[in-house]
Amino acid sequence: MASIDLSGTLRAPRWYSVFITRLRRNLPFTVGLGILWLFAMVAVAIFADQIRPYNITAMDLTSRLSHPGGLKHLLGTDELGRDVLSRLIQSIRVSLVIAFGATIISAVFGTVLGFAAAQFRGFVEHLVLVLADFQAALPFLIMSLAVLAFFGSSMVLLVCLMGFYGWERYARIARGLAISAGAQGYAASVVQLGATPARVYFRHILPNVASTLIVSMTLTFPEIILMESGLSFLGLGVQPPETSLGNMVGFGREYLTRAPWIMLAPSIVIMLTTLSISIVGDWLRDRLDPTIS
Amino acid sequence: MTALIEASDLVRIYQIRRGLFGRPHPVRAVDEISLAVNPGETLGIVGESGSGKSTLGRMLLGIDTAQGGEVRFEGKPMPPLRTPEWRALRAKMQLIYQDPLAALDRRLTIAAQVGEPLEIHKIIPKQHQAARVAELMAAVGLRPDQAGHYPHELSGGQRQRAVIARALAARPKLLVCDEPVSALDVSIQAQVVNMLRDLQAENGIAMVFISHDLKVVRNIADRVAVMYLGRIVEEASSDVIFQSPQHPYTKALVSSVPVPGKRLEGRVILQGEPPNPASRPPGCAFHPRCPLARDICRAVVPELRQIGDGRTAACHVVTGETAAIAA
Amino acid sequence: MIRFIAVRILRAAITILAVVTFAFVVLRMSGDPAQVMLGPDTPQESVDAFRRAWGLDQPLWIQYLAYIKSIFTGDFGVSMRDKASALDLVLQRVPATLQLTVPALFLKLMIGIPAGVYAALHRQSFTDRGVILLAVFGFTIPSFVMGLLLVLIFAVILGILPSGGQDTWMHGILPTLTMSIGGIGILARFSRSAMIEVMGQPYIRTASAKGLKWRDVVWSHALPNAAVPIVTIVGFMVGSLIAGAVVVESIFSWPGIGRLLVVSVSNRDLAVVQCILLIIAAAMVVSNLVVDLLYGWLDPRLRSAASH
Repeated sequence: MASIDLSGTLRAPRWYSVFITRLRRNLPFTVGLGILWLFAMVAVAIFADQIRPYNITAMDLTSRLSHPGGLKHLLGTDELGRDVLSRLIQSIRVSLVIAFGATIISAVFGTVLGFAAAQFRGFVEHLVLVLADFQAALPFLIMSLAVLAFFGSSMVLLVCLMGFYGWERYARIARGLAISAGAQGYAASVVQLGATPARVYFRHILPNVASTLIVSMTLTFPEIILMESGLSFLGLGVQPPETSLGNMVGFGREYLTRAPWIMLAPSIVIMLTTLSISIVGDWLRDRLDPTIS
Repeated sequence: MTALIEASDLVRIYQIRRGLFGRPHPVRAVDEISLAVNPGETLGIVGESGSGKSTLGRMLLGIDTAQGGEVRFEGKPMPPLRTPEWRALRAKMQLIYQDPLAALDRRLTIAAQVGEPLEIHKIIPKQHQAARVAELMAAVGLRPDQAGHYPHELSGGQRQRAVIARALAARPKLLVCDEPVSALDVSIQAQVVNMLRDLQAENGIAMVFISHDLKVVRNIADRVAVMYLGRIVEEASSDVIFQSPQHPYTKALVSSVPVPGKRLEGRVILQGEPPNPASRPPGCAFHPRCPLARDICRAVVPELRQIGDGRTAACHVVTGETAAIAA
Repeated sequence: MIRFIAVRILRAAITILAVVTFAFVVLRMSGDPAQVMLGPDTPQESVDAFRRAWGLDQPLWIQYLAYIKSIFTGDFGVSMRDKASALDLVLQRVPATLQLTVPALFLKLMIGIPAGVYAALHRQSFTDRGVILLAVFGFTIPSFVMGLLLVLIFAVILGILPSGGQDTWMHGILPTLTMSIGGIGILARFSRSAMIEVMGQPYIRTASAKGLKWRDVVWSHALPNAAVPIVTIVGFMVGSLIAGAVVVESIFSWPGIGRLLVVSVSNRDLAVVQCILLIIAAAMVVSNLVVDLLYGWLDPRLRSAASH
């Protein structure tokens, strides 16, 4: 009996179905949704100018406070006839830019100070710890109220101010990990091999600290969004004519009864974004922590 | 021949503070120690915890700064810590200590870490580094496929071999090993010690082998120095010390090492508390536990004196100085 | 033990001094308060007269020292706007804020912690999932959105609760609810994970293997150990309570110190802002001290460690 040639019947699986199967196995459903939402938000922020149907200050006086669902204004208009969707898109960009910038500033600043405290010990360490205590002692909202109202609310200042949010967490983490690395660990070992301090920090300590820092960043990022929204809501954050998510909620407050969509649209975006980051951040933390895996 | 590394009257004092507002209390971890190691030979340093042997090891490498005395390597004084000269000197002297997992970066592969000294000291051009790393790994008995593994994927013995491979990468002349096998299983200990001996013989490396475990030291050391509370109490060649120890402390240590085939007899059991460097007894530090203690031992610190050919001891009774002094 | 407390108190005092200095520096550096108070069109002589009257023409460090001295004598200066004593102005409003924050803290503790503990003890049950879901919502909805939503539902649509002012006790319901919901969520989630971690420890298995009733295992062994991380979080929450009060009082026009702070900051009323900052800092520092002391009592290991 001749052997049967089966080579024509089986085909190697396509690369995309392999990818999808792998994805389904490794990625919980909610985390996937969260990542999708975040991608969408980032895309909106980057392409805001292109996808925005109207200018954020363009006033359509004939259709003020119109309901969402209309073809001309998908999410309705506010009391000055400005298109809510356009303002929402721009707000997403503004809020995300501020939050990204602030998170990175805060992480870099905090990590550098933490490493400095670990490297130089003594007075420098004391100073950093006292500053960290001080930062943690007062609620950030209160401190920024003071600073903002008096220095004004320019975008640059706002990002820098938000950049002070949470730096003490990175500093404590960086310092703790650098010290334990230095005491009896691999850092001491590499120093003993003859490495310069720069090499020790950049090649060894930083990569080991990075995953913890990244997890911290996913925790502070939503908090910064909420903080900036809160400040803008109170009228002290992003100032008109610029618009941010908190800003829109603040302005929508007066029309809560007549036109709740002005306030609801940005609120929903805030909630979904912070929810997504929390979910993705939790998942990332579980993946990146080798002691759990 | 001139010694490779010489230490003269090394002193190291720690300030220990009791409580938040207590007075700082000086503790002499290393108290005027002098020794020398010749190229290619192994000096074993034996002592209990608190004897200062680890501190001594670090001082020999310049990692702990000497507060008294000096260390000379190849005739030149040891440069201060963290200077470029000190860093360059690392290519000639290396340290291996007890916990290999802590000594390795868990994020880098074995090959990357073994090759790191080559990068730091720019010894070999990049294209030849991989070959040298393979050579080193083979010399310590690691398989080539383990090059891409991470430290936590290796066993304890394999990790220590990787650490040794890394230490040898820059072809050092001196290797200080501080309890390198204490954390390993007994069966692996013998393998690693034998490997160290072979590597040393092949490459002509001088070694300072610090341990509390006499069985291991006996296997590898040419000469042995016994430490107690920061001072050397006896020093002699390895065979001589194990066959005929003179100092009462050495006698007690040696008598506790079982020799296969012989009954454990003549075991000397020490009385009293193990030594606490923070509260050092006056005179000879060993006198509270010494079966031979005389009056002079309680008052005068014994100096290290020659008691035979190539051996020294610090004990009033052994060196015959028990004549009473003015009390 | 005394040393432990003394060190903590010293640090607390230094923190408060740092806060005062910070406020002083920021406020003075950022602009001329007289200009803001009087408006941009005021003639220069009036501005100068105003500055002299308020001591604003002295060098900065003299103003600073004078300020420190006045604090110790209990004089916080006079509000530029109302001409009333800043301290009086602030103290007047404190009860209103307490009327919101104390019940809110109470709600958070009484609902949040038991919910989290219950969820931990009944893993995978309906209640567990419900608690997690509610906790996540509480955490992601910002307080101002929550407040407006509650107003929308209860005041506008249902019309059963008032939306602003401080007239009757009913007026306090929505603000208190707004302040507590987020915290309930966070506390529930945290208590749940702290409890889960404790329940997974070997000594719990030992305790029940010894034959202890499950209730006793939970009450005598699990809860006290879970208490330490929970107390930490509660300590942090005091700070966010005060921050929450700022937003909530603004939404509901509640006459507390939060609202006063926002108004004073807009008006650059230096004395009032500094007074409020100091009071808030003092409250935070005291609550941290209480948490630290509570630690020492809760965890015997820390008691002996603390005396070093």
